[in-house]
Amino acid sequence: MTAVEQTSLGLDNRKLAMWVFLGSEFMFFGAFITAYLLFVNSTAGGPGVELFDIVYTSISSFVLLMSSLTMVLAHNAHVHGDMRRMQLWILATALQGLVFVGGQAYEFIKFYREGLTLADSPFASSFFVLTGFHGLHVTVGIIMLLGLWAYARIGKVRPDQHTKTEIIGLYWHFVDIVWVLIFVVVYLIPYESV
Amino acid sequence: MAATDTAVQSEATGVEDAHADEHHPTPRFYIQVAVVLGILTAMEFSTYFIEFGALSAPLLLVLMAIKFALIVGFFMHLKFDTDLYSKLMMTGLIGALVLYVVVYVVLFEFPALSV
Repeated sequence: MTAVEQTSLGLDNRKLAMWVFLGSEFMFFGAFITAYLLFVNSTAGGPGVELFDIVYTSISSFVLLMSSLTMVLAHNAHVHGDMRRMQLWILATALQGLVFVGGQAYEFIKFYREGLTLADSPFASSFFVLTGFHGLHVTVGIIMLLGLWAYARIGKVRPDQHTKTEIIGLYWHFVDIVWVLIFVVVYLIPYESV
Repeated sequence: MAATDTAVQSEATGVEDAHADEHHPTPRFYIQVAVVLGILTAMEFSTYFIEFGALSAPLLLVLMAIKFALIVGFFMHLKFDTDLYSKLMMTGLIGALVLYVVVYVVLFEFPALSV
């Protein structure tokens, strides 16, 4: 073994880098959630949290939550060298992500039609920026999942390279836990306090 | 195989140690965790229909914290991985909380400090 091959921490550099990135992402979303909580009542006379459709958002939340299950099953299949099942679970995860993003787009359009637009009020701006950035992260995750699926399909991701699936899985679970926070802090608690 | 050797193999050849994940849970366990997560989400959703009064927000925050812990612990494998990853995540979380407290204090407790 040469010095170049070693890592000083004895850890996989790619996985470590992903955790550093996710740590910074917590602060990124923390800033937007902070802004939302501070401005949740600043509606400037316009619509506020009463527009939320909790039933609809609960279903979206459940779909994203279950996508974490299919993601971890994909990783498990990859660890065991079952590439056919890994590809299947990856596609299922991407599909659930698409359902979530599609649902969010529909929700945004509905809010716009009901008079809640980006520049209406501090509440509207902080809500759209926070949930919009989350949706963007989910979209990036879907692209990564589809890339992984395509690479696995043509054999560029081999059965012994399961860390690649694990790293993309870490990112995907992260967008899920951010939504776990958003669902409660942005939707449920403010809605029930109206 | 030592962790260092695992990393060496990974870095050198792109091949991961097949035994590195042998202590990870089975698919059956992951499904059990997902069922618990689904039940917790249903409990959160129930607060939309059932009036919990002043208990509502604390209850929701506790349910949220349990879901968070289950996902990072089992799905993200923090329960089985090195503590360093947990520390990196906690650094980000604490940073976010500190940010909230500082902004709240500046805006509402000392409004003269804000622009």
